[in-house]
Amino acid sequence: MTTTNDPDMIANEGHGASPGASNGALHDAHHDVSYLTPKGGFWATVWDWATTIDHEKIGVMYLCAILFMFFLGGMLALLIRLELWVPNTVIIGVEGDFLGRFIKHDSLAEAGNTFNRVMTLHGAIMVFLFIIPSIPAALGNFFLPLMIGAKDVAFPRLNLLSWYIYVFGAIFAVSAILLGGVDTGWTFYTPYSSAVAADHANIVLMVLGVFILGFSSIFTGLNFVVTVHKLRCPGMGWFDMPLFVWAIYATAIIQVLATPVIGITTLLLVFERLFGIGIFDPNLGGDPVLFQHFFWFYSHPVVYIMILPAMGIISEVIPIHSRKRIFGYRAIAFSSLAIAAIAFLVWGHHLFAAEGPLVAVLFSALTFLVAIPTAVKVFNWISTLYKGSIRLDTAMLYTLAFLWTFSVGGLTGLPLATLATNLQLHDTYFVVAHFHYTMFGGTVIALLSGLHHWWGKMFGREYAERPAQIGFWLVFIGFNLTFLTQFILGIHGMPRRYASYVPEFQQLHQISTIGSVILASGFLLHLLVFVHSLVAGPKAKPNKWGGLTLEWETSSPPIEHNFHHEPLVKHGPYDFDDFVPPQCDPDEFARPDPPQEHPPTP
Amino acid sequence: MSSITSTPASGDTRPYHERYKPADHFRSRDDEFDAVKFGVWLLLATEVLLFAGLFCAYAVFRMLYPEAFANGSHHLNWKLGAANTVILLLSSFTIATSIHNAQKGQIGWLKFNLAFTVLCGAAFLVIKGVFEYYPKLSAGKAPGIFFSYPFATDPYEPIWWGIYYCATGVHATHVFVGICLITWLFIRAHKGHFGPTHYNAVEGVGLYWHIVDVIWIFLFPLLYLIH
Ligand code: HEM
Ligand SMILES: [Cu+2]
Repeated sequence: MTTTNDPDMIANEGHGASPGASNGALHDAHHDVSYLTPKGGFWATVWDWATTIDHEKIGVMYLCAILFMFFLGGMLALLIRLELWVPNTVIIGVEGDFLGRFIKHDSLAEAGNTFNRVMTLHGAIMVFLFIIPSIPAALGNFFLPLMIGAKDVAFPRLNLLSWYIYVFGAIFAVSAILLGGVDTGWTFYTPYSSAVAADHANIVLMVLGVFILGFSSIFTGLNFVVTVHKLRCPGMGWFDMPLFVWAIYATAIIQVLATPVIGITTLLLVFERLFGIGIFDPNLGGDPVLFQHFFWFYSHPVVYIMILPAMGIISEVIPIHSRKRIFGYRAIAFSSLAIAAIAFLVWGHHLFAAEGPLVAVLFSALTFLVAIPTAVKVFNWISTLYKGSIRLDTAMLYTLAFLWTFSVGGLTGLPLATLATNLQLHDTYFVVAHFHYTMFGGTVIALLSGLHHWWGKMFGREYAERPAQIGFWLVFIGFNLTFLTQFILGIHGMPRRYASYVPEFQQLHQISTIGSVILASGFLLHLLVFVHSLVAGPKAKPNKWGGLTLEWETSSPPIEHNFHHEPLVKHGPYDFDDFVPPQCDPDEFARPDPPQEHPPTP
Repeated sequence: MSSITSTPASGDTRPYHERYKPADHFRSRDDEFDAVKFGVWLLLATEVLLFAGLFCAYAVFRMLYPEAFANGSHHLNWKLGAANTVILLLSSFTIATSIHNAQKGQIGWLKFNLAFTVLCGAAFLVIKGVFEYYPKLSAGKAPGIFFSYPFATDPYEPIWWGIYYCATGVHATHVFVGICLITWLFIRAHKGHFGPTHYNAVEGVGLYWHIVDVIWIFLFPLLYLIH
């Protein structure tokens, strides 16, 4: 995908730009071509990408990297689900022990050990290598500068460095897997991660991997904060910024302020393992609960690193695909900042069971606060949809799906935040379902929405709408089958992180597994659609959806320096009632007829 | 994309810092300068948070095992700590002066102050490593499982040493990084890269060096002076 040799892509240059843009205006004609234009032969192009400091290419490189990680993590998830097809209580290693077909297990404990590894790697890959960098580093890198009318991010070299650091961290994590993996859970709780003698090197490698990945995340965040502050184009005040930019900005602040804490936590954990410093290891006088506090002080804010950019995508897709000005622009923008602020105060809700009653009450109360700005957003989105002319393409379908799945995820956070119910639900499948509804139903669904929304802009090719929509339905149905069942399992007491269970749960587990296979087939279809689009898709229009944000003012794909002219902002990002979108057929997106706005009362 | 070149463009004989053009995506040199400075400030925030974790661990274990901490800090020589404090304060002064030198175009003084700062940093590491770590480690006052000092009176003294080595070790790593960066500045100053119109890197590294200093100002009393 990265080394397209297709002359059409070059021909795309300047396509649809405002009259006169492509000649004379730019001194440097070399930069006037699509960023995808190959630089010479194959190896020259590879070298060009490997050393690029262009935010678009780095965004695409991140996209490839995270999608690969998503694939790895997804395969592990399928293994987990297949292993859980049967309760496994008696016939381990003979029938039904799915993993046993690949790895010989002599005992129940060994089978469980393999299961724990698969589950840990699934979680760690999905969280640290996929979902945290996903939207900000891939789509954010690509679109943040475009949307604020800048030529690049503030520190392009740092941007490239953060990609390499990401790859370096990933190599650490993957080598831990190749050496046999770790079985601590993605949370690396001590004493699992400190006192157990097995897996010494693997745990050190894995935890160092997380430490290294933290640098990548910090550098991306730092770059984006400075970019938003310093590189907005003329005419773009803070409240003219698209909401995606607000969301990425709030995310970047959390990345900068929370990640150092996981940095020191993982570093101390590595020292704990290597030198036995005794800070976290209870055998040496250390305090394992301290590790949990340290860990969640980062890892709760991190869930907002995951969800805020997703909310940003939703805030873009809804107004554009329903041709309505966003309802409550400032409320949405400020609620992003409010979420970012509250995110730092609620980590204690992950360890209610390990806290004194007073502390628990405090953290419970603070956790409920998060629901307020979250709900503000959801209500504003729904109000925007009201009376809009909604266009049900794949991006919009995913956005509507998000409103459902994310609401389920958020609302099930409330019983978890309630102390009495938490003790019942903690460490059950209810928690598993909750965070999959927020992380998958929120972030992944929004990522898919954003990918379809911006696909043509990024790669200059249309995707096939019908198969993509079929893919959507497979993903949506598969996802809900997989995880709705897990709420019920959790309420009935199915604990998380177990390879075997009582036979009563088998039916629900099997529905869940069937769901996961449907889900996987949906992703496969999406992959085919995207590959087909890159190979044979028709050329994308520069402004397919009639958007008003600045990325629609350049060609599809954008030129190397982003814009033919330095953009000047004259209208808000969602003023569909008053402005005709640039570079598109005005008939397709006719302005609403003003008299219709105030029909005469009969 | 950036226009940093060491060879003068044909005909342009102005010194590097005047020739210097900001990277393409900035509107002016000032914009670039502001952005760099802002970026460095954010980096400093991450440093503070990183050490906050260590201070937090210190506080928790001081509360849990006050005896071990009191015993442990008696093993530290406050005079060496104080010497290092003075050295770092001095180096903060010289690096601040070097920024001033760059602004004024006093290249000779700039190089002198940078070199002096590097020497201070090196002196700090020598005192820390040769006069503190080495004798302590050879006496068995090592962190965690390597602790073998026979005269310890409190069972949790290894934890004290663990925290001591983590905190000062992470800090010393920062000092080392600072030394490398300032050496890089020195080389660039020698090549004539800095002057009144361009000194982004000096300013940025200078800020970084200050935070390294400030963190030590907190570590010193906590580890050496409070018993
Ligand atoms: C209204 C918003 C939310 C509330 C009130 C909430 C509340 C909670 C609570 C109380 C727990 C702890 C449950 C337990 O372990 O006993 C929890 C777990 C979790 N939540 Fe949320 N949550 C919310 C939104 C989110 C979002 C947006 C995400 C991610 C994008 C998320 C990801 C997670 C994860 C990953 C865990 C469990 C981690 C683990 O133990 O492995 N949550 N949530
Ligand atoms: Cu949380």
